[in-house]
Amino acid sequence: MSATMQQSQGTAHVPERPIIELIGITKRFEKKLDFIGKLAQKLGAPIREEIVHAVDNVNLSIRKGEVVGLVGESGCGKSTLGRVVAGIMPPSDGEVLWRGRNIASLHGAEAKEAKLRAQMIFQDPYASLNPRMKVQDIVGEAPLVHGMTTRGGFDTYVDEQLRRAGLDPTLKKRYPHQFSGGQRQRIGIARALAVQPEFLVCDESVAALDVSIQAQILNLFMKLRADLDLTYLFISHDLGVVEHLSDRVVIMYLGRVVEQAPSEEIFARANHPYTVSLLSSVPRIEARKRAFATVKGEIPSPLNPPPGCHFHPRCPHAFDRCKVEVPALKEIAPGHLSACHLNG
Amino acid sequence: MSVATLEVRNLQTHFFTRAGVVKAVDGVSFTVGRGKVLGLVGESGSGKTVTGFSIIGLVDEPGRVVGGEILFHGQNLARLSEEEMRQLRGNRIAMIFQDPMMTLNPVLRIDTQMIETVLAHTKVSHEEARQRCRDTLGMVGIPSPEERLKSYPHQFSGGMRQRVAIAIALLHRPELIIADEPTTALDVTIQGQILAEVQKLAINTGTSLIWITHDLSVVAGLADDIAVMYAGRVVEDGPVSEVLDKPLHPYTHGLIGSVPSRNKRGEPLRQIPGMTPSLLKLPPGCAFRSRCDRATAECAAPIELMELTLGRHARCIHPHMEAVAA
Repeated sequence: MSATMQQSQGTAHVPERPIIELIGITKRFEKKLDFIGKLAQKLGAPIREEIVHAVDNVNLSIRKGEVVGLVGESGCGKSTLGRVVAGIMPPSDGEVLWRGRNIASLHGAEAKEAKLRAQMIFQDPYASLNPRMKVQDIVGEAPLVHGMTTRGGFDTYVDEQLRRAGLDPTLKKRYPHQFSGGQRQRIGIARALAVQPEFLVCDESVAALDVSIQAQILNLFMKLRADLDLTYLFISHDLGVVEHLSDRVVIMYLGRVVEQAPSEEIFARANHPYTVSLLSSVPRIEARKRAFATVKGEIPSPLNPPPGCHFHPRCPHAFDRCKVEVPALKEIAPGHLSACHLNG
Repeated sequence: MSVATLEVRNLQTHFFTRAGVVKAVDGVSFTVGRGKVLGLVGESGSGKTVTGFSIIGLVDEPGRVVGGEILFHGQNLARLSEEEMRQLRGNRIAMIFQDPMMTLNPVLRIDTQMIETVLAHTKVSHEEARQRCRDTLGMVGIPSPEERLKSYPHQFSGGMRQRVAIAIALLHRPELIIADEPTTALDVTIQGQILAEVQKLAINTGTSLIWITHDLSVVAGLADDIAVMYAGRVVEDGPVSEVLDKPLHPYTHGLIGSVPSRNKRGEPLRQIPGMTPSLLKLPPGCAFRSRCDRATAECAAPIELMELTLGRHARCIHPHMEAVAA
């Protein structure tokens, strides 16, 4: 396990075709005006269409076998970005390249193939499983449709998927409500893996679980990574989990990537003021009776984000330039990118 | 510790369901001193919330406090009538819930709700009550409290709503606050802000706190003492740094081992096998024994909470004593 980690760290800076590449991804959600709204606008009422820039011009590439942790607070666009990467949601602008080819330009069998290669595991194991389907159908339906198994081989195929996710195959005729939270999350994992993906997007997949169950699921993720050579985009607000699992960490704030770096680097030498304050806010089990460090203020509404650097109203180091100019994401050390004017 | 604000002795809260008796809290004892913070830690279903609800008298049917004493300044709360309890609740004992919308009425303005709370327990003029609400909102870090008083709950963000709920709990300067996972639903930076405020308040006002949570990292920085619950019982208690650095009970040991930051990066986490047992028809003896790597045949016999070293108790006959000896 640790040997494969070392390897992926060692090859970290060798240019190699990434498995997934995001180029200038932007996702906007628009609330169109209804008839009354349009009428009121014509009559001079100060109403306009509301646009949320959930994801704003994000570039990211993920190499084969890498675990990338995507961190941010609620409303920062991390889940939206995850959905775009998983192919569930089309981007408003920008391109998603799958092994160098634009997913949007693929057709027919190729497009289907690309979609199957990336699967998603969701946060809420209670809401992401159809309560009226038996476990064997939840897990086996998609592989059957896509021809990965046949009617005859269905039972063996499903058994194998369940066993791999740590579930007893004799339970496959049960319904989701008969399982505990941790077991349900395993069903979600078995479902995602049943279509033989190479790339998994885990959106807060352990956030709803108890600590002891969370450890079991995290260990399962690491085992599967080693066994099946999987690549992960691991979305979480829990820095402890991300630190433990990821090779590289990407920090988002209000739709933009503010910093990305290899795991050790970011936890040892965080550069962006937001990352620094985020790290100091995390409660640590090693800490005793300490003063909790605080960032002032809250995340502004994404409907009306502040100009310039989105973080400037909360930043202790903000100066005039931060209020007008958006800082570019620049490399400050090998593999370490940060978007802050303090870096010059 | 001579004059404890709260002393819970052998508390038993059972739920009489159609499927049988669920012993959600089964013999819980702990003490909270004046101005002290007790972290009550456990996973879902361990009975930590029901313990909190039992103290403040909010256990609903089919649940009932069937045994034990809840001594608040020496007065047994379990024996009080509903009316006497109402006089205490919100006045000398307050509760903060995980979801602030459980405290707040969505169709009333904040000032209406807060002033109502003040007037329920003290005879002051409307204007004085308003003044007190304004001051309390300012105290929990809400900017421009005068204007915010006129807002409705939906106009606040999640973190601000939780601050309002905390302010309501603080209105009467209670001697004891029971906080049930109040920062679980919040972002880390907001959680940090709330924890800082709460810590400041506990120090400045001498209020005792019971902080119920599943997150060991939160209590590590906040609490003085910690009580770990498993399947309706306290399995270990003691001063925070002792329990977290040298856990005695195998469950506490495993729980701390499961925290990712306690493990080497990339290595498999030390996990506890299996899952929490159903509280229905829990066999006698140690409830953790089916998941425990130290369990022996003797563990099937009932085990009491024992004082193992000075000020530290654990409900285990095979504790990790080597940690304490070292």
